[in-house]
This record gives sequence, C-alpha cells and structure tokens, in this order.
Amino acid sequence: MAGSIQDTFFEECEELLEATDEGLSAIEGGNHDPEVVNAVFRAVHSIKGGAGAFGLDELVAFAHRFETVFDEVRSNRMELDEPLIQLLLRSCDHLYNLVAVARDGGETDQAHHDMLIEALDKYIPEEEEDLTFEPMGLGGPIDIGAIDIPQVPTEETYQIHFRPLKDMYSTGNEPFFLFQALQEMGPLDIVLDDSELPGFDSLDPEESYLSWNLTLTTSEPRSTVEAVFEFVEGLCELSIVGAGDADADAAALAALDAAFGTAPVDLTPAAEPTAMVEETATPPFEQPAPVPTPEAQLEASGAKSSAPKAESTKSEQRGPNPTLRVDLERVDRLINAVGELIINHSMLAQQIANLDVADVRDVETELEGFKNLARDIQEGVMSIRAQPVKPLFQRMARIVREASSATSKTCKLVTEGENTEVDKTVIERLADPLTHILRNAVDHGIETPENRESANKNRIGEIRLTASHRSGSVCIEVKDDGAGVNRPRVKQIAIDKGLIPENAELTDSEIDNLLFLPGFSTAKEVSNLSGRGVGMDVVKNAVTGLGGRINITSTPGKGSTFTIILPLTLAVMDGMVVSVADQTMVVPITSIVETMRGNDDMINNLGADGTLLSIRGSFVPICDVAGALGLRKEDNDRPPGVYLLVETETGQRSALAVDDIHDQRQVVIKSLDGVCGEIAGVAAATILGDGKIAMILDPESILAASPTTAGAFDTERRMSNAS
Amino acid sequence: MQAEVKSNDQEVKHAQFSEFVSFTVAGQAFCLKITQIREIRRWSPVTILPHAPSDVLGVMNLRGAVIPIYDLSARFGLETTEASERNVVIVVSSDGKPVGLLAESVSEIISIDPEEIQETPPVDSRNTMEYIQGIISHDETMVRIINLDAVISVPEQVL
Repeated sequence: MAGSIQDTFFEECEELLEATDEGLSAIEGGNHDPEVVNAVFRAVHSIKGGAGAFGLDELVAFAHRFETVFDEVRSNRMELDEPLIQLLLRSCDHLYNLVAVARDGGETDQAHHDMLIEALDKYIPEEEEDLTFEPMGLGGPIDIGAIDIPQVPTEETYQIHFRPLKDMYSTGNEPFFLFQALQEMGPLDIVLDDSELPGFDSLDPEESYLSWNLTLTTSEPRSTVEAVFEFVEGLCELSIVGAGDADADAAALAALDAAFGTAPVDLTPAAEPTAMVEETATPPFEQPAPVPTPEAQLEASGAKSSAPKAESTKSEQRGPNPTLRVDLERVDRLINAVGELIINHSMLAQQIANLDVADVRDVETELEGFKNLARDIQEGVMSIRAQPVKPLFQRMARIVREASSATSKTCKLVTEGENTEVDKTVIERLADPLTHILRNAVDHGIETPENRESANKNRIGEIRLTASHRSGSVCIEVKDDGAGVNRPRVKQIAIDKGLIPENAELTDSEIDNLLFLPGFSTAKEVSNLSGRGVGMDVVKNAVTGLGGRINITSTPGKGSTFTIILPLTLAVMDGMVVSVADQTMVVPITSIVETMRGNDDMINNLGADGTLLSIRGSFVPICDVAGALGLRKEDNDRPPGVYLLVETETGQRSALAVDDIHDQRQVVIKSLDGVCGEIAGVAAATILGDGKIAMILDPESILAASPTTAGAFDTERRMSNAS
Repeated sequence: MQAEVKSNDQEVKHAQFSEFVSFTVAGQAFCLKITQIREIRRWSPVTILPHAPSDVLGVMNLRGAVIPIYDLSARFGLETTEASERNVVIVVSSDGKPVGLLAESVSEIISIDPEEIQETPPVDSRNTMEYIQGIISHDETMVRIINLDAVISVPEQVL
C-alpha cells in the first residue's frame, strides 16, 4: 500500500520536475511571466510536500531552500539575474538526482549538495534562514479570486468546521500548518472534536477521526481564508461561515450549527426549512457534537466550495489538456488486438477473393470500409503510444549542463521540434544513446572557451538537438559547432588498436564511421564523462536495435552532426511483399531505393562469382537473397528475376535479387524473440493475409552475409574480424 | 464408515495415475503428459526459418502468435519426417511460450501408474537418451516418456 502511494509520488515527481525544468528554461529564455514563475513555485512546493509525507528529509530540506529562494523571486523581492538562473537550473538538476536517489537508492554527491545549499542560502534573507516550513496555502500562490472579490476592510468572524478525510493525511497534508496559516490572519480559537475517536481496540491508525471547529476573526477577505484550504480541497469536509452572511446561507449555517451543537435560536429562520433543520438540530442538545446529516452537510460544503471550484477550473484551463494515466500494458494489448484485426481483415479479403461468387462488389465495398476503420483504430491506438520528445530533450539539457560543468566548458543546448511525437518505447530506449552522443559532443566536440576564441568562434559552444518527421520516419539530429572529427587521429587510433590494417585507404566518411567500432575511444585520458571504452558502438547498437540507422558527418573546424533515423513505430511498417525460393518475404520499404525487372543484358559478370547489375550506366553488385539465406541449393540457376535496389548506411548501393514482387502493404511486426535466436538476414516476422508467416528481411545483414556482395563490406568485415 | 475409508483409498490410488497421450514418431511410440499438451493440430506447411538446424522445421501462425515447429524425429536422431497432411503438430507450452512438435500420428490416451515407469536402460543411442525420461510397457509395446524440457530447451542454444 505504502509502496504504491510512493510510486505515485515518484511518478508525479517526474512530471513536476519536468514542469520545473520547463519553467526554468522558459525563464532562462527571457520569459518572466508571473504565471511561469508561479508554475515553477507550485511544482517545487508539491515535491516538497510529497517528500515530507514520505520522510525524505534531504529532499525536503533542499526543495525548501529552492522554494524559499524562488519565493523571493516570485514576490519580486529579488531580481532574477543570470547567475541566479544558472543556480536554479543546477538546483533543479540536483532535485532530479535527489528524487532518483530517494527512489532507487544510492548516494548523493555530498560535496555538490553542500555547494548548492550554500549557494542557495546566500539568496535566502536572514529571517528565513532557519528551516521553518511555511504553510502551503499562505498567501495562496494563485490568488485569482482575491482580485475579483471586493476587499472588506472590516473584521469578520468566521466559523470554520474542518474535518480531514484519511486521504488528506495520506497525501502528506498536515492540519497544523493550515491552522498556523489561519492564525497569521487574526485571533484564532481552535476546538478539537475527538468525539468520533473510537476505543483503542478498534482504532485504525490510518483512519481519520478528528475534526476541528475554528473561530477566526480577521480583516482578510473570505477568499484568503478559503485559499488556506485550497490544497486540501476534496480531501476534507469543510465549511466556512462568516457571521455576516448568515442570512444568505441560513440552511448551511444551521446545519453547521447542528454539528456544533450550539445553534443560536435567533439565527435559525422560522420558515419551512426549519422542519428539516430542527430535526437534525435537536439531538445535539442531548449528545454533544454528532455528525451532521449528509444532506445538510452536502448543502453546506456545496455552497461553500463553489468559489474555490470556480478558481480551480480557471487554472485548469490555462494548464495542459486533461490527461489520463493508463497502464502501458493495456495499451499494448490494444495494439496487439488491432494488429490482429488488420491481419484478420486481409485474411477475410483473401477468402472472399477466392470465393467462386459472381458478384462480390458490394461485399468488397463494405470490406474496404472495414479496412479504413481498422486503420483508423490502429492510428488512434498508435498515437496513444506516441509521445512528444520534449521530456527527453529536457533531460538532455541537463546532461549538457552537467557535462559542461564537469569539463569546464561552456555549452548551451538548443532544441528544436520538441513536439515531434515518437513511440514511447523509442523515446525510452533513445535516452541512453542520446546521452552518450551529447556527452561526447561536449567532451570531444566542443573546444575549450580559449580555443574557441582563438578560432574566432563564440566562447559558448552550441549543440543543436533537433527532432523532425521525415517521410515515415523520425529524424533526430545532434549538431555541434565544435572542432569536428580529428580524422588523422581517429585513423591512427584505429590502426594502433588493430581495428584497421595500417595501409588501409579510407574515405573521410569511412574514417568518421570508425567511431562506431566496438572498443574505440579517442580520449587520451579517461575523463569522468566519456572514454570508458564503451562509446559510440553502444550508441549504434541501441539505434539499430530500434530498427534505426545512425550517421555521422563532420567538417573539420566547423563541427559534427549525428543523424539518427528511426521508424515511426515499432509495431507496424510498410513493406514490399516478395517471393524468394517459393517463400513469401517482406522487405522494409524504407531501405528500398528503386525496384526493377532485370534482363540478361543488364547482368555483367565480374570474376568467377561476382555479378554486377548495370543501371543507367552505373554498376551495382547483385546479391541473391535466396543464396544469402541458404534457401537455394544450386547457385547457378538464378532466375532472371526482379531487383530491389537498396542503399546501406554508408551509401553503398546493392541490388537484391528476388523471384518476384507481389504487393506493397503495411505489415504488423511480430518479434522472433523467444521463438528462435538471431537469424542472419532476418529482422522479424509478420503474418500475411493468408495466415502464413512471412520473414521480414534486413537488407543490411543480408548483404553482409552474402558471399557475392560481402566484398563491398570488406572494410567493415575486416574491422569486425580484428576486434 | 468402512465404505468411506475404502472409497478414499481408491481416490488416493486413482490420483496417483497420470494420463499420457501416446503418439508415434518414426515408427516408435512416445508419450507426453496430457497436462503438458495445449492442443493437437493437423500439419499445415510452415514458414522456413533461414539458417535453421535440420530439426527446426520453421514457424507457424497459432492464432496470431509465431511459434516454432520442431521435427521430433530429427531431434531424436531418427530420419527426418516428410511432413504431410496425415501428420500432426502437438502444441506444448514451455514457460508459457507455445512450441509445436511434429509427430507422425497420435494414438491414444493412456493412464500410467508412476510406479510402473521404468528407468531408461543404457543403450548406445545418445541423441535419443537425452530426451527420454523413462519407459513404460503398455499393451505389450514399449512407450517412451519424453523429457519435454530437454526437447524444447536445446534448439534455442543451437540457433
């Protein structure tokens, strides 16, 4: 039980931290809108409140300092200058760490922690130095109501009945703080009602038994009094009745008085409602402080809570769209079911086509409608999994900040296309490779400020992180304006490590791609950040594991660009249905440049085994798919087939020879994990319209496996053999 | 009172029996515990897995799931089966993952008293020995009890 509440807290923390990060970034970008400032304040405050409930003292103490400093900003007592913004950003990063430590265990960097606390303390005014936990509602962070309601200068006395529900305690709220806040408004008389407290035997420690009757005399407007309870709205039974509005709300007051057992007779209206009210009002005189009847209570709290409710809807409108938290597994089940639906549709279509019926046109029209609906559902379901890359990019901003301070370089991260939506799994699995690339960019790409100045560059290095949709795939680009790849050094290191032969002739792009080889690390010394020997090859594996590709381009002195191309979704893809040695197979459309029917004139032999296909004057090696997959027994009876021109990551072109092309269609990807191990040339499987399974081919690995085209991959193979 | 005791005795004795499904593979009789079997299907052509060992026939679509099909005969080191419509695929479950096993034909369901199960006498036929956990005499023929875990765990390492 406690675990699940705590899980919820950490989930919320993630969101709140993202909100904080986002707000601070906006402020850093020059947006000093009070609403942005308030949003950050609220988020940090909520983290503190939640952390307090779970006894996460370190987190509470740090969040409190953050909040206190920020409160100064919020109330315009302190100017938000550049060093302060930087400090706040670093503090926000540290909050992430503290939350992570609280959640996953581990150690906080104590020196860093102390340093930040010290820095924050400098901004905290003297009298706030000691750790007094300010009551949450104090002043009301979003006091919209206060502006509209006319100020009443005269003092008024409010009767407040306050009965917390058990949920209020479980969310970490503490009545004491609320009372403290009230007390600051004027003389407060607190009477505890413990009449509901059961005997010790039947006491449930998690249940709420206590309620309070408060009498407050204050000159503050009613809205301020209500604002104190803003954070516990819905978590308690609450009624606030001012002496002045007794007439206006007689029934509520009567009900309240009934609860108090102190109903002043003269205030009870003599009209017909009394019948009901009096009935409930009678017992109190015999039995002190009973529970008010539900109706009366509802009336009372309903009437009173309308004002804060209006406020909360207002603030909701300004916030993000309402969202629904759903277990990922449920969505995935739905996605699977929709996948089956689409397969089922094509099976049905095929069955109908095979039927020996003269006129199937009507059925086919309906079937077409069915297909469109199924596609709609599928797109809808897939879009549930799709999420903007924004949170990921925000995390990356942190990575760059941390990396910059660890290497004493100054860099800023500029992000573009944050609202690009990508499959959730892709986002999750992209975090590690992106972290790697960015750390590398800061550590190896960006020069020291001094070097940058002498190279006539801005002292501050710029790393640009962009996400965009590009014809059915997602493109993520990391571009730095650093020194670019030091090609002679990269080549030398590769030779020194025996990754390539000493006399290897490599093009510039081949040298750049050496960075992706396993065990390649250019850092002379192992720095804190990168250079642990694992590096870009891990990045490459992670990206290819997602069905994507990664490229590097670099200009000496100008910087490097890493481009990651990923499929939009991991569940469906567009494929070309082909037949290979009597088997139906699917080739991903994304890798096909062109398809063509070949004839003997186009085929040229080169050496004993090599064959080249001539296409408009250029020659590309032919790879027989059946042969590469080990499905054709005799090598020489290749049928004059159909060729799929594919292009590899490195820009190499090859022609895949297949027997025939049937169709181009969307297929549902079925993983072969757990069915069999990795098969060279095969990426996954899918189920076709006839219910048969077809292999989804991976052109890259087919080319690498084929004896006829492997020559084109000679460098790569030599490299991987050596490692 | 006595009658009750007796019927209890019978129940206990009955509970000791387990039911096995017997089938033939390359002319030899084998059996599997009925609880290990999820369903039995008629053979239909499978999709070939490239580079797969000879005892892995390919994959089949079982209501939307991709399941591997093994040739029991090849697995036991007997001749490979030329699968036809007369043959059956016995779908078993390993760790919740379904796996299909090609057999010649299914014979019957037999009740076996565990005490009747004999240890496999040592013979010079390693391939088969690994996959057999015991033998039993039924209607004067020898029925081999398959060690399912051994049969379905090995190919994943091979691949």
